[in-house]
Amino acid sequence: MADGTTGAAASGVPARRAATRGGALHRMARRRSTIAVMMCLPLFALIAGLVVYPFFYSIYLSMLSREMDRFIGLFNYEYLLTSDTFHLVVFQSCLFAITAVFFKALIGFILAHVMHNISGRDQRVWRGLLLVPWVIPPALSTLGWWWMIAGSYSAVNWFLQLVGLHPVAWLAITGWARFWVIVVNVWFGTPFFMIMYLATLKSVPEQLYEAAAIDGATGLQKIRYISLPLLRNIISITVLFSLIVTFANFDIVEILTAGAPANSTQVFATYAFQVGIGSGNIPMGAAVSLFIFPILAIFAIFILRGVNRRAKEAI
Amino acid sequence: MAEVSCRKVIKVYEGGVQAVKGIDLEIADQEFVVLVGPSGCGKSTTLRMIAGLEEISGGEISIGGDVVNDVPPRDRDIAMVFQNYALYPHMSVFDNMAFGLKLRKFAKDEIKRRVDEAARILDIQPLLERKPKALSGGQRQRVAMGRAIVRNPKVFLFDEPLSNLDAKLRVQMRTEIKKVHQTVRTTTIYVTHDQVEAMTLADRVVVMNQGIIEQIGTPQELYHHPTTRFVAGFIGSPAMNFLPARLDDASGRLSVRLNDQVSLPIPEARIARYAPFKGKELLLGMRPEHMFDYHESDMKPGFARLDALVDVVEPMGMETMVHFFVDGTPVCARCEPETPAAPGHNLPLALDLNNMHLMEAASGHVI
Amino acid sequence: MSGATLAGGTPQPRRGRRPSLARERRWALWVSYITLIFFAIGFLIPPYFEIVTSLKTSEQIGSGRNPWFVHHPYLGNFLYIIHNAQFQTFFLNSVKITLVVVVVTLLISVFAAYALARMRFFGSEGFATGVFLTYLVPESLLFIPLFKVLAALHLINNVWCLALIWPTLSVPFCTWIMIGYFGSIPRELDEAAMIDGASHMQMLWRIFIPVAMPGIIAATIFAFTVCWGDFLYPLAFAFTSTQMTLTAGIVSTLIHGDVLDWGKIMAANILASAPPILIYAFLMDYYIAGLTAGATKG
Repeated sequence: MADGTTGAAASGVPARRAATRGGALHRMARRRSTIAVMMCLPLFALIAGLVVYPFFYSIYLSMLSREMDRFIGLFNYEYLLTSDTFHLVVFQSCLFAITAVFFKALIGFILAHVMHNISGRDQRVWRGLLLVPWVIPPALSTLGWWWMIAGSYSAVNWFLQLVGLHPVAWLAITGWARFWVIVVNVWFGTPFFMIMYLATLKSVPEQLYEAAAIDGATGLQKIRYISLPLLRNIISITVLFSLIVTFANFDIVEILTAGAPANSTQVFATYAFQVGIGSGNIPMGAAVSLFIFPILAIFAIFILRGVNRRAKEAI
Repeated sequence: MAEVSCRKVIKVYEGGVQAVKGIDLEIADQEFVVLVGPSGCGKSTTLRMIAGLEEISGGEISIGGDVVNDVPPRDRDIAMVFQNYALYPHMSVFDNMAFGLKLRKFAKDEIKRRVDEAARILDIQPLLERKPKALSGGQRQRVAMGRAIVRNPKVFLFDEPLSNLDAKLRVQMRTEIKKVHQTVRTTTIYVTHDQVEAMTLADRVVVMNQGIIEQIGTPQELYHHPTTRFVAGFIGSPAMNFLPARLDDASGRLSVRLNDQVSLPIPEARIARYAPFKGKELLLGMRPEHMFDYHESDMKPGFARLDALVDVVEPMGMETMVHFFVDGTPVCARCEPETPAAPGHNLPLALDLNNMHLMEAASGHVI
Repeated sequence: MSGATLAGGTPQPRRGRRPSLARERRWALWVSYITLIFFAIGFLIPPYFEIVTSLKTSEQIGSGRNPWFVHHPYLGNFLYIIHNAQFQTFFLNSVKITLVVVVVTLLISVFAAYALARMRFFGSEGFATGVFLTYLVPESLLFIPLFKVLAALHLINNVWCLALIWPTLSVPFCTWIMIGYFGSIPRELDEAAMIDGASHMQMLWRIFIPVAMPGIIAATIFAFTVCWGDFLYPLAFAFTSTQMTLTAGIVSTLIHGDVLDWGKIMAANILASAPPILIYAFLMDYYIAGLTAGATKG
């Protein structure tokens, strides 16, 4: 990078003679890569300073005592691994992420297909309508959900009473609280899957389906033998992406239940927030949140390996 | 306007692939030179080195007498027309043509004058305000040429400019390009894989194969006097037939022996030239147009008769292509529309050996 | 090989009833519309409910009458919120920080994407992958160390700290979108520009950016939405209401007011959601194109 100035000075002068190896063009190439590095520098600084450094700093923090005056090694991790609450958090995070992503992918897949059946102008309108959940900031829409489910005048309970059932304290019962957290997440995230799959479906040549129809495939068989194999990569990628986002989700759980009842809906992010910022035990909070990374990395490795393998087979 | 010369130009890509293996080429001022060859022969790489889009690994390229090895493309004073036109999609036709001039800080009215002039030559004045998206393939092609013309550069470079057009338009644009060259007379280097395009456009054709130049010459020279088997086979459509052969004088006269039965007498004029090659493994090259229906009365000196067992007959209107085999080698002859040829039947053919080519089987050199 | 699928067009006299293809299509269309209507209702219930609530007075909300309908729409909640100083502060904070971050994001990601897509240099491919891998380190992991970092910079409880932090959310994905767009521009275009005499900067500014405008718009929308909707960082790094943005502000400040004031909270909610909704309404196609273009390439 330091030789950028010499390179800059040398070019621009039209060369008079044939270059001995690595002449002005070579310097130009080097200058070009210097410019390229400069252009990437802000991005590099951002990632290094505000992602990579904090990440390692977090590892360091997680090995301090609560008052951050003593180095206590892996004690915080030991403590967490034996803590029942933390076990609950791990369980709920996985349950939450996997269930929610499964339903998002499934509903997204169905919606993409039915949307694909519909012609242009109509499709735009429906797509616009179904995209609404994803457009509203989730923190705000979750607040609306909360008011609808559990507010003092729960609108959901109003329905129950209408058909003669007793009102339910939805977010105070473990099972229901978990159910609603997942529902809100599915509601928010499905449109993303839908538009991704729809875009991919649109890129599948219509002739493939026509050929399948001539070969005698029914509608479901067309999905099974044409859509699914062709969408497999994009399904993997969206599922990976969504797993990462859902696993690390904070907004929905924090606003809807804040982990209640009795930490049964607590996920990594909310628990880390409660421990780290809420109770001021930053090292422990860091330890909690750091568990997110290896789990995401494992997801990523598995799914990306599959994608790569299939990409290679495709060639 | 300027002459271009390449001296021992070499291109080695990262990873060691040698795309161009030492090319020597002198292009005169105002000349229209076509580089032609199969894909991967190095013709495009050569053009891109002249343009400055590829670094030169060895040798020397000069334009107008100045060595340009180290000169970036913008300072080489060249203009290039790309296969997919490479029009700037967000600019109008006018702006597309004016862009290079604007970057070179030409005065507004000078830009306008030049663009209008080029638009007039190319007959695209009504399109100047349109975006490339709203143009047909042929119109885009014209704009791409206009972009080259307005710059009034030393050299025009064309990289397969007609490949994306349909067959009919291609013929039309070919004429157009030739007309433009006759008007502006800028030195032009044109790359194509289509030998018809090469023959029709070029003052001189450079046939390339596997990174080297096989032959340089006018279209007529290449057609009548190819120096290698590759050129002989590449130029001309349908392609030349090649038959394994041997020279002998068993019949008392130097003849080409195709097999035990068939032996064709060499024309007088060529006997001296071929005599030294008696007994060697050779290939006989005959163009289809030099093999036609046999009529006793039309036989001239140097003609020979060959009886063929017809395999396939393809009537094309003004001629009929007849396919047959000689010892397992497929051969195509160009017969009259009313030829009696029929599949499975024998057909006597006349071979005009005055237009024969003989080459060494191993090296492919025409002798 | 069921009989219902003779659609393909092979003549089958045995079951030659012509409408079979049309019937199958119509049936598929019916199923599609019913599914769509079902999900559209499901998806739109929460926003609908928010709107209904926002149009009621506290008395109407507390009356125990049907919460799903509003008989006498009341705009007082919106008027109240618009004139509420706290809400104005939140809104202003959101606007100014988001705008700054969008500009910063575009600058960083467009330059980096241009370099990564077109000017290969040592380690550029690894770097491009690394940029994307930052998503394995989500904000819910970073907020704790960043809290300490910001504290050290004396930026805690200062809304401008978000201008520093938010680009970590927006830049990697925007860079990804832009690499996809720049990568899809044919190389001949740069070469033509190079021969026309453009420098790197001229090429970026006069060719790449205009041609990749849809990508730039998509990246802008993405950066905007991500920042506007972010909740964790503003919640974690701000304590006083003057330093909060909309999401954190509405949730943590307004909610603690009168419990029955949900009409006002929902009005605030709707006003805060309005900018992204409007942007999507007008620019949805760009956004979807940008998003899916990046994804199908990745």
